[in-house]
Amino acid sequence: MLEGLMIGLQTAINPFNLGMVVFGCIIGTFIGMLPGLGPMSIIAIMIPVAITLGDPTAALILLAGVYYGAIFGGSTSSILLNAPGVAGTVATSFDGYPMAQKGMAGKALTIAAISSFAGGTIGAILLMIFAPMLSSVALLFHSAEYFALMVVGLSAIAAFAGTGQVGKAVMMTILGLMMATVGEGALAAMPRFTAGILDLQSGFSFITLAMAMFALPEAIFLVMNPARSAQGSGDDKSGKIDNLRINRQEARAIAPVIGRQSVQGFFIGVLPGAGATIASFLGYAVERNLATKEEQKEFGKGSIKGLSAPETANNAACTGSFVPLLTLGIPGSGTTAILLGALIALNVTPGPRLMVDEPQVFWAVIISMYIGNLVLLILNLPLIPYIAKILAIPRNYLIPFILFFTLMGAYIGQNNATELLILVGFGVCATILRFADYPLAPLLIGFILGTMLEDNFSRSMQLYQGLGFILERPMTLGLLVLAVLLVLLPSYRAMRARKRAQGVADGD
Amino acid sequence: MALDRWIALIFVAMCCIYGYTAFFTMDQSLPPFMQRNPVWPSTFPKVLSVAGALCGLVVLLGLEKQTGQKEPSATDINYRRLGDYNTGQAIGLLVAMVVYALCLRPIGFIAATILFLTAGATILGERKYHILIPVAAIATFIIWFLVQQVLGIFLRPWPTFLVD
Repeated sequence: MLEGLMIGLQTAINPFNLGMVVFGCIIGTFIGMLPGLGPMSIIAIMIPVAITLGDPTAALILLAGVYYGAIFGGSTSSILLNAPGVAGTVATSFDGYPMAQKGMAGKALTIAAISSFAGGTIGAILLMIFAPMLSSVALLFHSAEYFALMVVGLSAIAAFAGTGQVGKAVMMTILGLMMATVGEGALAAMPRFTAGILDLQSGFSFITLAMAMFALPEAIFLVMNPARSAQGSGDDKSGKIDNLRINRQEARAIAPVIGRQSVQGFFIGVLPGAGATIASFLGYAVERNLATKEEQKEFGKGSIKGLSAPETANNAACTGSFVPLLTLGIPGSGTTAILLGALIALNVTPGPRLMVDEPQVFWAVIISMYIGNLVLLILNLPLIPYIAKILAIPRNYLIPFILFFTLMGAYIGQNNATELLILVGFGVCATILRFADYPLAPLLIGFILGTMLEDNFSRSMQLYQGLGFILERPMTLGLLVLAVLLVLLPSYRAMRARKRAQGVADGD
Repeated sequence: MALDRWIALIFVAMCCIYGYTAFFTMDQSLPPFMQRNPVWPSTFPKVLSVAGALCGLVVLLGLEKQTGQKEPSATDINYRRLGDYNTGQAIGLLVAMVVYALCLRPIGFIAATILFLTAGATILGERKYHILIPVAAIATFIIWFLVQQVLGIFLRPWPTFLVD
């Protein structure tokens, strides 16, 4: 391994490759900030540039830099505009945006930068150590386990719901799953629930839905109640982001979160199909459950732990998703699937032989990941005051621009004006749901995981000729039991608390 | 009935329609070879419709008791007092978005975007047009240049009659 590291270091610190890392990170950060352009589309756009480089190492280093930069840029728009352009940064907006609203945008961006850096760095170290052996663990997971793992991910929404809100959260999840079934299913190219509308054949777009659920209602609320924007930008502090530093107490609070989520996020990223999205949601859910009762109340309202957890986990998972790609040739996520395509176009065949045949590619990518994280930290920390100035733009200008970026995000992904009408329609529905205190994050999680859940469910059903896979595969059964517990525990806790309160009131 | 229960009622009705489609109409066009499979395209929707209807009923009937009432924050919007807020401005902006969607192709990206940004700010009370229009125009051109020329994503800049 030491020899490999030296080869990697030598290749990665070559000035040209260093330049590629810096270039990739800058491009990724800026494009990632535009809602609607996630890492998948950015990498797809950058592939022709990478291929023209000719050198597969430099190309992969560039694309990895773009990947990290885009995830970081996505976090910035989640925190400042509540417009997560990437599924993996949706959980970041749960606490990042409330922090920005409280006038702590600078601090939120600093925490995001540090957490991303730590997650990516620890992930890169774990990748070096575990890459060869983790590939065999990932192979143990079959479609039945993936199905069960996704059910666990969906059950974790219980963590998002407040006490007594589990029903509403599950209802929203099911609505998201139902929306995911619109369009042609993977099982058969048969249009479902399209009502004969041609534009719905490919289903609803994730970006449109994400914008409609988060960015649009927030902008409408800002218009309706100017007091909301006064909290974030219109007060005396506007234009002056002076609280970039985090104090010792805050650093001490997020350190264990970073430690835990780096490891957890990395291992989730290793599982093909899981990736940054599940890692960030699970990271958020786990940290919320581990927090003290006082800290739990802060989650969703601007908790630094709630911000740090998904940010660490998604970056660690990005690194983890390179394990199956580099060691098995199996893409762990949509983004790594595009990277796989790029590698094949560059005449590099990822797989168990990659470490032996082309060690410079394998190790240089790992080393450049570390350098990429460092570059992002160095670039972004000094830029934070300027990035956060976006909140100082007058409300009359800012809101039309937020709405415009929301519209653009939905439009450029599909190049279809119908998408904009769908966006407005869903945006109005989402605003009404928010009036009634329905949580919207579970809907989006259900929508994101819906297709994967159905695919794995169908594949398992076909393989076992029915539901037999639940009993025949112990890991599946264990995960499903865990999912049931995750749903029932909050309700049980609430019931117990109610009974206890009643007992106290009755004088027991 | 509270708004959340009305929503639950609509959701249950939606699940019934969704379930009816899954149980009774979807499988009619299924090719014979697929009918021997243990899983059909309607299998997952069937599970969802039943689970959704049950869950909707839990909320509709108020079976899950809330432990504590949430304290209203100063920035929350109470839907019972919509008249106290700038509801007209919000509706105006939504209408502007719909108009933008309908005009994007016929009048082109540049004109539609400048008009949308100007109209949006005007709805919100901006009256300094000598600043607003140049800002909208410059921003539109920069975004168009970045999206089309740098990223290579096609955006029709000019009205249809000028191009065709």
